[in-house]
Amino acid sequence: MSAASMSAPPVDLTPGRPALLADSGTLIWRGLARWRRDPGPLIASLGFNILIVLMFAYLFGGALQVPGGGSYREFLMPGMFVMTMVFGISLTTIAVAEDLERGVTDRLRSMPVSPLAPLAARAVADMLFAVVTLGVLLLTGLAIGWRAHGGVGATLAALGLILLLRFALIWVGIFLGLVARGQTAVVAVQTLEFPLGFLSNAFVAPSTMPAWLGAVAAWNPLSATVGATRELFGNPGWGGDSWAAQHYPLLAVLWPLVLVAVFLPLSVARYRRLAG
Amino acid sequence: MTRTDAIVAQGLRKRYRDRYALDGFDLRVPQGTVCGLLGPNGAGKTTSVRILSTLLRLDEGRAEVAGFDVTRQPDQVRYRIGLVGQHPALDEALSGRQNLVLFGRLFHLGRRRARQRAVELLERFGLADAAEQPVSTYSGGMRRRLDLAAGMILAPAVLFLDEPTTGLDPRGRNEVWESVRELVRTGTTVLLTTQQLDEADQLADRISVVEAGRVIAEGTPDDLKTRLGGDRIEVVVAAPTDLAAAVAQIRRAADDEPTVDVDRRMVSVRVGHQAGALVDVLRALDAVNVPVADVALRRPTLDDVFLHLTGHRAATAEVAA
Repeated sequence: MSAASMSAPPVDLTPGRPALLADSGTLIWRGLARWRRDPGPLIASLGFNILIVLMFAYLFGGALQVPGGGSYREFLMPGMFVMTMVFGISLTTIAVAEDLERGVTDRLRSMPVSPLAPLAARAVADMLFAVVTLGVLLLTGLAIGWRAHGGVGATLAALGLILLLRFALIWVGIFLGLVARGQTAVVAVQTLEFPLGFLSNAFVAPSTMPAWLGAVAAWNPLSATVGATRELFGNPGWGGDSWAAQHYPLLAVLWPLVLVAVFLPLSVARYRRLAG
Repeated sequence: MTRTDAIVAQGLRKRYRDRYALDGFDLRVPQGTVCGLLGPNGAGKTTSVRILSTLLRLDEGRAEVAGFDVTRQPDQVRYRIGLVGQHPALDEALSGRQNLVLFGRLFHLGRRRARQRAVELLERFGLADAAEQPVSTYSGGMRRRLDLAAGMILAPAVLFLDEPTTGLDPRGRNEVWESVRELVRTGTTVLLTTQQLDEADQLADRISVVEAGRVIAEGTPDDLKTRLGGDRIEVVVAAPTDLAAAVAQIRRAADDEPTVDVDRRMVSVRVGHQAGALVDVLRALDAVNVPVADVALRRPTLDDVFLHLTGHRAATAEVAA
């Protein structure tokens, strides 16, 4: 159509072979390039997380009693770190559902792209954003008076547990994006984020809930991570008599691994099943 | 099979729950030609394209694209096809150039060649000026052209176009048609699905009419039109008393027996593909002073094809009485 394409020698179109790592790398680049072009959703997500922290710290904070009489904000932040990991799932679900709906997933499937690469890239890109989110939240916490008292090793372990939980939740988010298509999926995920967070030990002691509810809260995967990181950060928290409450660090490792073991294969199977 | 068939489908069957989307679908498309798959929604056009482009597994039958079996050698097929679906499959947040670089790298061209190829294609599809704009700012026609460019990155042997002009205005449609013609000139084999006879007419060398999951008729656009009996001229006379004179004149001018609808004062006649038939008819009526209230030259529609081939209407919409 234009003379310009005639003047330059044609590009050699001999392709290389499909490769999981290279294809994932390309798709991670795509995720990052997208964010740079359109950072709105990320900024909104970060702003929302900061707002929630400030709301709890300054609005509800005065009315809430910390067990053992410690600093409320020190008590608050581990729960907040974990909540922000939960709030991020909808971004993952949206991204996966959008690619399906727009036909981008079909285009990738019609190309010689390693079949695991789109999901792997989604998980990695969203983990990168999780690190940024956690970093911003750490700074917010420090700004309102939260401190980690457990030493470098324990602090890093706590951050690792928080990110491990996010990694597990990302696979839940990917699966949900693949299963329930369109806007309904996103709304469902966003609706579930808050109850999932409140039905834990993040804000209220499970021992103050009705027995059955308290048991659910104690066994909530979020409670395990919140409880374990409170210990590692040296922040005040509430123990509990339940077996779960006595073993938060163990569960904080086990729960995410179980979630990954369930939802990663489910997601891959679901992706393969797109071929009918 | 001969070596020169770019697409071969034999006895394809695909079942969704209790319904066969494809039920004995056969197709052969010679290399370097454009085949139009014509049929209504739900006929199986998209299902066949999805199977041939390795997106869907087939239940029964055998399909080869560019010489490779879609079931056993899907990656070989994928390196040799381009797919352009009903809706542009692009990353809306990225620029046109970034989209092409992304897909070029996913075709494993490497970063450098992917970039060069993107520039080349943007030029060729008239998108160089908009290269750095995000796709979300593109018009419908521009999106389709970018989508086509993305399907052309490896200069594929076979290009699948699934209703490529759905939802486009006439200008956008012409832009896409022009691009497709350009690709065909370079030797690409094209399988085009469409619901519009004129689109198939514009682009296809041969047309396969699809209904209920199988190909029920096949031929060049002219073949199919001839089977339809070509165009019809419909004349509405101003006064009912002129009907008899009009029928006589029209019979003579069109050289065929007209049908008469007395209530609507309408005389209609088949005119095949005679250029100037309309002028002849109007002159003949003018010569005997029969005033004409309305006149129309009606081209065959997809509905007519279906009515003719299957004895029932393609569309679910009611035909005006």
